[in-house]
Amino acid sequence: MEMALYYLNVGSAMFLLIGMALLLGRLLSGPTLYDRVLAVNSFGTKTVLFLAVFSLIIGRQDGIDIAILYALMNFIATIAVLKFFRYSALDVSMERSGKSKEKAS
Amino acid sequence: MNAEILQWAQFALSAFFMIGGVFFVIAGAVGVLRLPDFYTRMHAAGMTDTLGAEMILLGLIVQAGLSQTSLKLILIAFLLFLTSPTATHAVVGAAHHAKLKPKLGKYRAPVPGEAPPVKAKPKSRAKPKTKAKPKAKPRAKKRAK
Repeated sequence: MEMALYYLNVGSAMFLLIGMALLLGRLLSGPTLYDRVLAVNSFGTKTVLFLAVFSLIIGRQDGIDIAILYALMNFIATIAVLKFFRYSALDVSMERSGKSKEKAS
Repeated sequence: MNAEILQWAQFALSAFFMIGGVFFVIAGAVGVLRLPDFYTRMHAAGMTDTLGAEMILLGLIVQAGLSQTSLKLILIAFLLFLTSPTATHAVVGAAHHAKLKPKLGKYRAPVPGEAPPVKAKPKSRAKPKTKAKPKAKPRAKKRAK
């Protein structure tokens, strides 16, 4: 019975790795910058899933903590990269203070 | 006997969720690789990432049972449920702000920062009428005058 769950987890982990490989293809051959950002974001989500499945495969709960950390880091990294693309700087305040700031940039 | 049935039910539920989640993840990856345009790729990635991640994590929660592991998995599912659509929205908003044009046929997308094209709407509505009935166009003009 536990072997069935084990094989189920191993199979889904392998399919997650296949999906990550397909996303790497889009990451390397993305025509625009935003395609790459999208591929990195989706790749990070699949990494979180793979970490969770893998930590259940090997029977240790340490990987799930790393998966929580990776989910948060992935989101913040995506937002930071997009902010850098838009303003060409990272020390811009994210408040919406009217249209004057966007015209200046 | 009873415990064995419960174990098989746990396996069946977990297999259902995980196979469904893997299907959505693979479908999203293939869509990101093969669709022609950035916005269509974003559509393929955004939907399937959220649903596939939630389904795989639900399958893992069913496997883990009531324990600390399932609590952490619920936390991961909650965080992904909040952050994944937000990141999708942010990427599309940044691309739209940078005036990245979608691949379109005869339909126009509104350019950010400009007023939507006024003349394009009656043209796009009149074109299929003229193709279907070429005599219908002057009648409509006479009625308008």
